[in-house]
Amino acid sequence: MVSVKQIGFGLGLLSTALFLACTASADTTNPKNTSGAAFGKPISEQALVLWNIDIRTQDGKGLPPGSGNAVVGEKIYNEKCLSCHGADAKGGAMYGTMVGGIGSFKTNTRVLTPGSMYPYAPILFDYVRRAMPLTAPQSLTNDEVYALSAYILNLNGLVDKTAVMNSTSLVAVQMPNKDGFYVDDRPDTQAVRCMTHCK
Amino acid sequence: MKQHEKEQLLQIVKSSEKDIQADISITHGRRSFLRNTVAMAGSAGMLGASALANAQSDVLPIPESNKTMGNQLKFESYGVPSKYESNVKRRRSDILVNKQQYSDWSMTPIQSTPGIVTPNGLFYERHHNGFPDIDPDHHKLVVHGMVAKPLVLTMNDIVRYPTVTKFYFMECSGNGLTDWLTAKSKTVQQTHGLLSCAQWTGVPVSWILDEAGIDPKATWLIAEGADASGHFRSIPIDKMLDDALLVYAMNGEMLRPENGYPLRLLLPGWEGNVSIKWLRRIKAGTEPWHARGETARYTDPMPGGKWRKFSFVMEAKSVITNPSGGMQIQPGFNEIRGYAWSGNGKINAVDVSVDGGKNWQTAELEEPVIDKCLTRFKFNWKWQGGPAQIVSRCVDSTGYVQPTVADIQKVRAITGFVQHHNGLFPWNVSSNGEVTNGIG
Repeated sequence: MVSVKQIGFGLGLLSTALFLACTASADTTNPKNTSGAAFGKPISEQALVLWNIDIRTQDGKGLPPGSGNAVVGEKIYNEKCLSCHGADAKGGAMYGTMVGGIGSFKTNTRVLTPGSMYPYAPILFDYVRRAMPLTAPQSLTNDEVYALSAYILNLNGLVDKTAVMNSTSLVAVQMPNKDGFYVDDRPDTQAVRCMTHCK
Repeated sequence: MKQHEKEQLLQIVKSSEKDIQADISITHGRRSFLRNTVAMAGSAGMLGASALANAQSDVLPIPESNKTMGNQLKFESYGVPSKYESNVKRRRSDILVNKQQYSDWSMTPIQSTPGIVTPNGLFYERHHNGFPDIDPDHHKLVVHGMVAKPLVLTMNDIVRYPTVTKFYFMECSGNGLTDWLTAKSKTVQQTHGLLSCAQWTGVPVSWILDEAGIDPKATWLIAEGADASGHFRSIPIDKMLDDALLVYAMNGEMLRPENGYPLRLLLPGWEGNVSIKWLRRIKAGTEPWHARGETARYTDPMPGGKWRKFSFVMEAKSVITNPSGGMQIQPGFNEIRGYAWSGNGKINAVDVSVDGGKNWQTAELEEPVIDKCLTRFKFNWKWQGGPAQIVSRCVDSTGYVQPTVADIQKVRAITGFVQHHNGLFPWNVSSNGEVTNGIG
């Protein structure tokens, strides 16, 4: 409440503000379950095999068997992806470019593509498998997803055209934006509650 | 009463009559605000004896509705708003138009939602591949990963638990991203309409995690949707154990399909996209997953080419909703109304400036004032008729003061699709009463 003690501030208002500050608390914390209600039924991890598709992308945990390279990926792309993303993934009817932008983040026009933005290459596998193509998500085989990942990485100059992507090689791809992130450190602004003759 | 005051009053009464005859809506849009202000100014003037001399003398006819049978009740019905309110709708942005309408968003007309509750049909939407309408009899939630006993729950199971009901706002991290530095959007719906508020009912996530025997070493969980994007986010366990809810109802009815029917996660005060809709799976682990939706998207550009990640909280923010862009006001009394909210607590105070931020006065907060919920503020303003710039600023229960865009620009990079815009937002009022976007 330091900031409300700033200039130009009537006594009545100040006391109101302090009162409110004293009454503020974490009202939102949930109550404990004291009812004994427990209705979940046990389920085995085996039963979840088709649902358990998340990849922990920094180390590839969860990547399935399978493989593919950009040569194969280009064919799949042209058949299943090109209509929305355009030739050579440079942008199409539904979506902008997925190529380039590496080095653009220190300019005023940041170009966000898998190549420039993704810190970890397995993000490609995770996202393409669960969400693409838009019209038929979760329809691609694991081999197809590895091949498409390889193709997009190759278009961004990050792997050779014949490099085989699988559960180990995909993790090993060095992404340019690997160290580009840091964890939320807000509040980062220092606004003051000026009341009169401000600016 | 002086002659010029008489003339002014006469003019007000005349225009009031015109509005009544025009039979226009009382609650929405540009004309409604004009009429509200006119009606108030008119009734205040009627108190004076000299005003009676100018009183309307035409006999008011009996309204048709007094003379005609009303609409017959239906045996079964789900009510809809008056046809005169048909322009109160969710709308997409005119500034950022996507090439498709599946990964897209719609915005709440917050200039037309009195009080703090957003009607379910006006609640803003953000989908990543459209919205499904899932049969609740077939929907399942699974909890697995680092738990002693992986569990599956049906909707019938979930609604059997004791209920927890709370009011919370929801705001998209992208709210305002089209209007950081230059005025682009015309209305508050399009500058701030990725904002809504509801009374939510559900079950604490912590109860289900306890039931599954969450591993004490688990620090992060994912929540994943059953939609066509399989949208998922990594969430710190502290939030899940504190105030996270598994929600199945909002505002007195089951969730709408657009809002996650039959089950969604609700993380109070956090950016909307982490409150996973159509929730099908929670998995416990020891690290975040770094999904596309928390690296390539929903991260914030920072100076030096860097990005801020896991910026979940929606910090304190306020905006004037009435009058706002596209409206027209009349000289004299105008109630300035708006919303304030904070993902970090309650709203302690809202200040309003009518001179572009040089001088500020404290607005009234309308009860209830609830933690992580929209709060209504009101401010009585006598507009003298000259150009003005009106703007609001809030302080939350942590002492945090809503910053200016310039304050934010000092510490972040405002480039591209920048999220988490909680800066002050001015509206310009021209000398003829037109209200327009005052950014820039």
